[in-house]
Amino acid sequence: MTLPMGRPMREIFGETVAELANDDPRIVMLDGDVGSSTRADIFEKAHPDRYLQMGIAEQNMLGVAAGLATMGLIPFISTFVSFAVVRPLDQIRVLIAQTGLNVKITAGYAGLFTGQTGMSHIIVDDMSIMRAMPGMVTVSPADDVEAREVLRWAAAYEGPCYVRLVRDATQRVFGDDYRFELGKAVTVREGRDVTLISTGSQTPRVVDAADLLAADGIDAHVVHVPTIKPLDIAAIVAAAERTGRVITVEEHTVIGGLGGAVAEALSEHRPTKVNRIGLQDLFPQSGPNDALLEIYGLSAPRVADQVRAILRPA
Amino acid sequence: MSGSPVVGVEAGEVARLQEIARQIRLEVIKAVYVARAGHLGGPLSAADMLAALYFNVLRIRPDDPAWPDRDRFILSKGHSSIGLYATMALRGYFPVEELATFDAAHSRLQGHPDMTRLPGLDMSSGSLGMGISAGLGMALGARLTGRASRTYVMLGDGECQEGEVWEAAMAAARYGLDNLVAIIDHNKLQQYGWPGDGPDGRMPPEVPGELVAKWSAFGWRVLEADGHDVADILRVLAVAAHGDGRPVAVIAHTVKGKGVSYMEGHYYWHTRAIKPDEYATALADLGEPLPAGEGESR
Repeated sequence: MTLPMGRPMREIFGETVAELANDDPRIVMLDGDVGSSTRADIFEKAHPDRYLQMGIAEQNMLGVAAGLATMGLIPFISTFVSFAVVRPLDQIRVLIAQTGLNVKITAGYAGLFTGQTGMSHIIVDDMSIMRAMPGMVTVSPADDVEAREVLRWAAAYEGPCYVRLVRDATQRVFGDDYRFELGKAVTVREGRDVTLISTGSQTPRVVDAADLLAADGIDAHVVHVPTIKPLDIAAIVAAAERTGRVITVEEHTVIGGLGGAVAEALSEHRPTKVNRIGLQDLFPQSGPNDALLEIYGLSAPRVADQVRAILRPA
Repeated sequence: MSGSPVVGVEAGEVARLQEIARQIRLEVIKAVYVARAGHLGGPLSAADMLAALYFNVLRIRPDDPAWPDRDRFILSKGHSSIGLYATMALRGYFPVEELATFDAAHSRLQGHPDMTRLPGLDMSSGSLGMGISAGLGMALGARLTGRASRTYVMLGDGECQEGEVWEAAMAAARYGLDNLVAIIDHNKLQQYGWPGDGPDGRMPPEVPGELVAKWSAFGWRVLEADGHDVADILRVLAVAAHGDGRPVAVIAHTVKGKGVSYMEGHYYWHTRAIKPDEYATALADLGEPLPAGEGESR
């Protein structure tokens, strides 16, 4: 049994920010010439006067966003993680994070699903980088339902935040009644034997992996952590206490991201053995989504394999 | 510049602004001397322009620094912070005595401008090239929100080596933001510079005419000014205020270290601690010599 497919988060992005802008004249969209990919074009159709093409000049775009925020506007950023985070990182640091200005760094093409583009566009360490930046809220929604919720939250939140969104359709884990709460982890499956902690669109694949493990007699507890910072330490400690064994799974480097955050929190608050499943200090290659998930061990069967190997070493 | 449609500036106002610029330079020297750290060449080259802006051009309310309809000013060349702080103190944003805390721990007057600490700073700066982008956002934001506010951004000529400056130049021209004025403090020196046959064996950051050609090529309306002649500065900024649908770049010709004899035109006074004898000379150059016997102790 596998979870159903949801809609692509990028469509949710264009639609939701356009809807929010219907009621809030302060919302503007800054596009780094990829609106046809991030689906900021949906926003452009609805609000042409508030769609601000910034060209292929992302360092400037983030700086412009800071200036717009000082004028009481609420800028959303339309570009890929590679050009929303890594390229303009110093602009984010000096003009947005330190100043606390109300800029929404809503970055598309998070994780491996970048339309077969390869190492230049696949950013493996954005959560590590952004959660280390002082004051930067970092959110990684699991599916289309949660992405919509997070974007609504972001518009209402006063201050800078980083929201990572996935390009393609991924599996849906939440029902329509789901409500996102900043800094709160969500238990998506109850279990007794091992705690699996995940984030982003890896979470549905971990839920599927838990079903595969159940067939082998491993009863996994699955916690989804949408907010990488501020981290829900209490929920992570409770989930660790429940099984005494923690494995993190992320479509991201295992260095400094979710796995790093969980290991830091548990070593301080409730020392627990933590294993980290994810990208192993490498630059990924291009390829079809399913192939990349297999190669990098992030499909549900490959996650289940690794969990078995960790729990039942040969 | 000459040929502008703006009438001449009253002599009394010129004298007033010249005196304010002198006081700015004195406060810069005093603060950097006390802090034993800080930049000198850039604040001194910018002093006349800062006096003209804060005491004549900008529509601001020092007692209400967050006034929404104010003009905005960004010191993109954030390392000249002490020049801006001295100007703001003299303009009444905070007590002049506070300048003695420049660069000190817990001071609101950080080494580079920090808008979260000091009211009246419209943007944090210090990483070069960024202020012009933020200023573009303010100018665009003013248009989108229907405000008449103008945005002035001061850049260094060395700073114009940053790629972000030209990203911003491209985008501002696309939006036709004639409520945005970039003032380039063209003092012909940067911190160290390429080796060459210029002063002290270094080359200037740009060749003559390069800045005019570049800003023009990016679609900006370019005006040139004598950045040490307050009357000329006022005339040029008045011309700039009559928008023609293009953002305005004012190339202000200046001398790095202006006003202190031994600092003028030497790259190594970009940033340097002042020795006691140098301090006495600087004050004398600025018309306020120390009384006999002072200046040896600190």
